[in-house]
Amino acid sequence: MKSKKTAVAEDDIGRDIRLELFRMQLELRLCEKRAFDLFLQNMIKGTSHLSLGQEAIAAAFGVAMRPDDYTFCTYRGHAHTLARGASMSGVLGELMGRECGLLGGKGGSMHLTDVSKGAMGSYAIIGAHLPVAAGAAWSAQYRGTEQVSVCFFGDGTTNIGAFHEALNFAVIWKLPVIFVCENNLYMEYTPIHTVTAVEHPAADRASAYNLEKIVVDGNDADAVYRTATKYIDRARKGGGPALIECMTYRHSGHSRADPAKYRPEGELEKWLERDPIKIYRERLLGLGIVDATLKDIEDEVNQQVNEATEIAKASPPPSLDGIHQHVWADGGASWRN
Amino acid sequence: MAELTYRDAVAAGIAQEMARDERVVFLGEDIAAAGGVFKATVGLLDKFGPMRVRDTPISEQAILGAAMGAAMTGLRPIAEIMFSDFLAVCWDIVANEIAKSRYMTNGQVQMPLVIRTANGAGSRFGAQHSQSVENWAMMIPGIKVVAPAFPADVKGLIAAAVRDDDPVLIFEQKSLYPMKGEVPDGEYVDELGKARVLRRGKDCTIVALALMVHRALAAAEILEKEHGISCTVVDVRSLVPLDTATILAEVALTGRLVTVEENPRLCGWGAEIASIIADECFWELDGPIIRITTPHIPLPSADQLEDNTIPSVERIVREIREKID
Repeated sequence: MKSKKTAVAEDDIGRDIRLELFRMQLELRLCEKRAFDLFLQNMIKGTSHLSLGQEAIAAAFGVAMRPDDYTFCTYRGHAHTLARGASMSGVLGELMGRECGLLGGKGGSMHLTDVSKGAMGSYAIIGAHLPVAAGAAWSAQYRGTEQVSVCFFGDGTTNIGAFHEALNFAVIWKLPVIFVCENNLYMEYTPIHTVTAVEHPAADRASAYNLEKIVVDGNDADAVYRTATKYIDRARKGGGPALIECMTYRHSGHSRADPAKYRPEGELEKWLERDPIKIYRERLLGLGIVDATLKDIEDEVNQQVNEATEIAKASPPPSLDGIHQHVWADGGASWRN
Repeated sequence: MAELTYRDAVAAGIAQEMARDERVVFLGEDIAAAGGVFKATVGLLDKFGPMRVRDTPISEQAILGAAMGAAMTGLRPIAEIMFSDFLAVCWDIVANEIAKSRYMTNGQVQMPLVIRTANGAGSRFGAQHSQSVENWAMMIPGIKVVAPAFPADVKGLIAAAVRDDDPVLIFEQKSLYPMKGEVPDGEYVDELGKARVLRRGKDCTIVALALMVHRALAAAEILEKEHGISCTVVDVRSLVPLDTATILAEVALTGRLVTVEENPRLCGWGAEIASIIADECFWELDGPIIRITTPHIPLPSADQLEDNTIPSVERIVREIREKID
């Protein structure tokens, strides 16, 4: 009988990637939890939409993507931006409206962007970024760079026109773009099945665009990673787009303002049993990775979040000069002579 | 100098820039194989091939979204929205995404793209294919807005827009497409944000845009010859950036401002110019500001109805005579 350690080594994912997936999920989880704590301390203003419970998807794609690939995500985009390597202090600083924020305090929680890392923006208008992601894929195709564009969105997005325009467009031009629907069962406060004509809001529409129906367990980082790798690789080689529906669940409400009282009793508890980080930790232990290794990662990530928090807290508010900067490419805001 | 139509000047401007820079790509509905519904893009597909000149489905959000994504990642796309009225179905991409991304990301995102669209009345197409909506665009911080009146300006402003690193919306007045005019040969690039003084008079300064420039010029001729009123005519050409220096100077010289707009009355671009003149040139004025606009109604389609809705030469003459004599 093979030892468990050998099983991990021979597996298609392997030990190193698995530890990376574990670490990445943990970074997203602990940073989001910290964001929530900072809300409670009134250090974060405005609104914010957390990915607690949905981390496996952003993490698995983040690990599967090439550094020069493009990410487009939604206002629930802290995790996806971090998963491309954006700095944690930059994310927390932006949420807190500090100078060190990724956007210098001019975008806030819903618009996190780090172009230097391929995180091409978080979009707060439902559906808007699907055609934009297709456009980045068109650019990659035209330039011959073999970059892939990955576009994350929620189940609610599947009922808006831009979703359908972008899918058709990406297919007819055979663009290297992966559309990833994170189906967390609720469009804001309303159960998605009560407002959608099909059971799987994204995957059941795939056939209308000559695409394969793909549904994945979005709480299983390995499953998402395998799917991501397969379709990203295919797109990179000129095989065209894919539409992937990842089944998952939001542990908290839609936004800061939502206590999520509309959820039936027991639903959250059932999904907490399937917490992506909990099941992944158990899996790694089962595969023979020792607990001390995972604890070391947990300690390191905890420390990373603490340090990022301190950097963000110490950062001053943005300079008022920024108000009139960067409307135009010349750096200014002038509309007249 | 060659004589070109306004529509041929569109193709000439695009061709000049595509030949110069491989990053320039062009997409829109019926723009490639069909050469455009107004035949303004004939020949571009043959010249530059199907990878650079691409027909799209009727998906305006996809067209402008794709242009935006391409502009963010190293290309310099030109997108056509067939009728400016259709901007309403993709206004999110224009007003929320293209215009704001650079600012919201503190300058991280690049957005060098051009949107061309056929704007305005004169073709009897009714209220959903004849509107003048340049004022919609003017209100949004982050987009430049130009509206050429002459074939040479079409070519030169398209070239300037393509070379500009900011998003530029070009409103082509669709009833001007058959109009002929001298266009410089060879490479020709104009400048965004510059108005042009087309004639000088001493009694009033008429500020106009696109089709209304031609009507203002015709009205100025009649006013001078038949009524002894001499008018300056300024072609605004660019609403954003706005050449306030030229407009302020020309109004100060005559002491009267007349704006002639195709926009419906409320919040037409002339209102902004009137406001600037009132703020900064009030003591130079010899009388009230005159705004000549389309009434605040949707556009009707029949010949007589449309002709009596948008400002006509006769109406410009009449209103100026009544208020300036």
